[in-house]
Amino acid sequence: MATIETTRREFLIGTGALVVSFGLAPGALAQTPGATKPLALDQVDSFLAVGKDGAVTMYTGKVDIGTGIRIALPQMVAEELDVTLARVKLIEGDTALTPDQGPTWGSLSVQIAGVQLRQAAATARQALIQMAAQRFGSPSADLAVKDGVIFVRAEPSRRVSYAELIGDQSFNLKLDPAAPLKRPNEHTVVGQSVPRPDVVTKVTGAHTYMHDFRVPGMLHARVIRPPAIGATLSSVDESSVKNVKGAKVVRQGSFLAVVAESEWAAVKAAKQLKATWSSWDGLPEMSKLWEHVRATKVAKDDVAVNQGDPKAAIASATKTLKATYDFAIHTHGSMGPACAVADVKDGRAEIWSPSQAPHWLRREVAATLQMDSKDVHIQYLDGAGCYGRNGHEDATCDAALIAKLIGKPVRVQWMREDEHGWDPKGPPTLVEISAGLDAQGNIVGWDSELWVPKADITEWPRTLAATHAGIPQKEAINPGNIHRNLEPPYQFANQRAVAHRLDSTPFRPSWIRTPGRMQNTYANEVFIDECAAAAGADPVEYRLRYLTDPRGIAVLRAAANLAKWETRPSPRRDQSAPIARGRGFAYVKYENARTYCAGVAEVEVNRQTGAIRCTRFFVSHDCGQIINPDGVRAQIEGNVIQTVSRTLKEELTWNRSRVTSVDWASYPILRFPEVPEVIMELISRPNDPPWGVGEPSAVLPAPAISNAVFDAIGVRLRSVPFTPTKVVAATRATGARA
Amino acid sequence: MATLNVNGKLHQVDVEPDTPLLYVLRDNLGLHGPKFGCGLAQCGSCNVLIDGKAVRSCTYAVGKVGPGKIVTLEGLGTPQKPHPVQQAFIEEQAAQCGYCINGMVIQTTAFLAARQSNPSEREIRQALQNNLCRCGTHQRIIAAVKRAAALMGKGA
Repeated sequence: MATIETTRREFLIGTGALVVSFGLAPGALAQTPGATKPLALDQVDSFLAVGKDGAVTMYTGKVDIGTGIRIALPQMVAEELDVTLARVKLIEGDTALTPDQGPTWGSLSVQIAGVQLRQAAATARQALIQMAAQRFGSPSADLAVKDGVIFVRAEPSRRVSYAELIGDQSFNLKLDPAAPLKRPNEHTVVGQSVPRPDVVTKVTGAHTYMHDFRVPGMLHARVIRPPAIGATLSSVDESSVKNVKGAKVVRQGSFLAVVAESEWAAVKAAKQLKATWSSWDGLPEMSKLWEHVRATKVAKDDVAVNQGDPKAAIASATKTLKATYDFAIHTHGSMGPACAVADVKDGRAEIWSPSQAPHWLRREVAATLQMDSKDVHIQYLDGAGCYGRNGHEDATCDAALIAKLIGKPVRVQWMREDEHGWDPKGPPTLVEISAGLDAQGNIVGWDSELWVPKADITEWPRTLAATHAGIPQKEAINPGNIHRNLEPPYQFANQRAVAHRLDSTPFRPSWIRTPGRMQNTYANEVFIDECAAAAGADPVEYRLRYLTDPRGIAVLRAAANLAKWETRPSPRRDQSAPIARGRGFAYVKYENARTYCAGVAEVEVNRQTGAIRCTRFFVSHDCGQIINPDGVRAQIEGNVIQTVSRTLKEELTWNRSRVTSVDWASYPILRFPEVPEVIMELISRPNDPPWGVGEPSAVLPAPAISNAVFDAIGVRLRSVPFTPTKVVAATRATGARA
Repeated sequence: MATLNVNGKLHQVDVEPDTPLLYVLRDNLGLHGPKFGCGLAQCGSCNVLIDGKAVRSCTYAVGKVGPGKIVTLEGLGTPQKPHPVQQAFIEEQAAQCGYCINGMVIQTTAFLAARQSNPSEREIRQALQNNLCRCGTHQRIIAAVKRAAALMGKGA
């Protein structure tokens, strides 16, 4: 039986070995009983420790949810500190040991956390060289470093190692924002496709996932959710699980769970338990979702941009266009269900969780347990892929509450219907855009409106445990920064973009990969394609009319070249076969502030059935400095393939009481035969800051596919997902208009 | 009480016969390779080999296994000495979160073992069509299957 007494997870980066070791931080802390590890973001000791054995331990509050930062961040540190990767150990997502660098979201791990770690390493290296300079009585400029050993250049036998200078001691240094970084042309680790340390263990079953983790004396729990979202628990018949060995019912208010020594017993008991719930049917009718969204009270309007006089410009234009785009509610669909282990005793909570946000979760658990967050300790373990706030935080609060109620360590694992049914959802998104064109087809005015829920951006969404158990919590909703990229990345003389922030949304929202930027760019990039078609212009040439940013122009041209883009207006008018082919373009500057990417989708559309197949997808990508090219490629592949799935297939379904898409049959995703070939070109800019990669290219598939379908069959798709039924209906509507 | 042949060793386990094999492998034998993904035989994360065939252990009652030889991801190879299919996945870096990868490796192993010749890309996609991946690692997985076929010396 794989029981791990405790838990700190370290990756020895060079070997791919996973070491689970006991104890507190190495370095000075080990020497000082009762000392706590520094966590402040302005202290070198918060990020780095050098051991007497020469090992470098680095600490990050970010976690590797499958993105490869487990190698990218160590590469940044090894490079700047001048040590080999084999010396570097990484500790992630432990609230007692790692600084709070924010949740692992927004494509910011390398861009923010990596840059902080790099600066800590540069500060440490500078200090170590100064210490050596003093020891040798030589100027710093005469010293060099190789793998953690500082030596006098002219006399290499005069040398001292980092371990001798600082081993097991604190730096006691503030992060120096001016500490010099190595020149990119000196880089030997950054910019290399170093393999990830966890692929070997994941592929051989040697990896410890959250789901594999056990503590002694632990019980397995399953939570029984209400049959309707807003239902409350009236009564429970505990005798209904009497025949299940060791099963016990746990209840607080409408929070209902069963625990048992064996996991299968907990599963059986949860299935078997008879409970009576109130009825509830407060969801809007699925077929009237967009009417519901439009009728929802607006809490406030956020103006993303307002320049010139777009209304007047559109009113006096030669030609006007208006279109509405909707984007369905999505579930995260992590392959494994949420899982967590909690042990709550003696006023302390020890928590193991795959959450993307251990430091946030600490406060959530504290609120659920009505404890002080200083008494809560969260340690991260890998879950199944996490693309935003899925069920992990809820399952963690479930485990914490049950552990508190029964006074024993508890492991909660959700069932598939819990994950699909109860994870917080990507909210429904509606965008409406108008534009006016002059006689040459140029855009003279652009006016867009977005309907999305409001966001209390610093608050976590309500947790299920607190809601059902009747524990007080803030009634916050937070779908993430979903207003971003509403402002188009183009220069128009007259433009306005307004987000109507709605007071409520049907399902508890959260953020799913590329939240808002995906939906807003989809609308913008299909609409500009509609303008190009109205102007009889080539879609790439048309975009270039409004693009002044040289990096944007470079990315756009790179994608066109990569895809051997044929310059002509859409749609094609040269095919009559039952399977029509087309190509479509999309471009974004992420959040209008960072990573640039452009994409070309090639599609085949079956005119009869309406089925779309995306056969190839081309991406050009400029994220500035590239830390690990293969890691960047993996993220782009994932962004594209996952979003092709979301675009073509995915849609939450529900009745008036509950979610009905609760498994992979009712919420289908892309399968191997349907997956496009992803072809890409990375534009490397080693002298620029490294920007995020895990989200930006995910904006490309929805608009590029819509535009490609228009190119193929002359039909505009404005409602994600682009299901065959919708394609057939849109084809009929287009035919009726023609 | 059931006797199971797992990764070449016999194990006696005291479980009810309706228990899905997956729970026995994970909870009683402490194996980590096979994963609970859906519990509905829809995703493939729980795949194990029984007598060389890929089986969904989440819905396969332990009482049904009998003398069948079970091989899990751990039984194929180790980090130090991976099976050629595992080696190919490592070389292609064909994992993101890696939760589905157990199923991919097991399905690929069964698929390649049953063939004499190198599979086409189309055949590989067909062979894996009932294994789901959410991270979008498909392209690398396909490359890994091709590489595994080459490593295993499958003829053209």
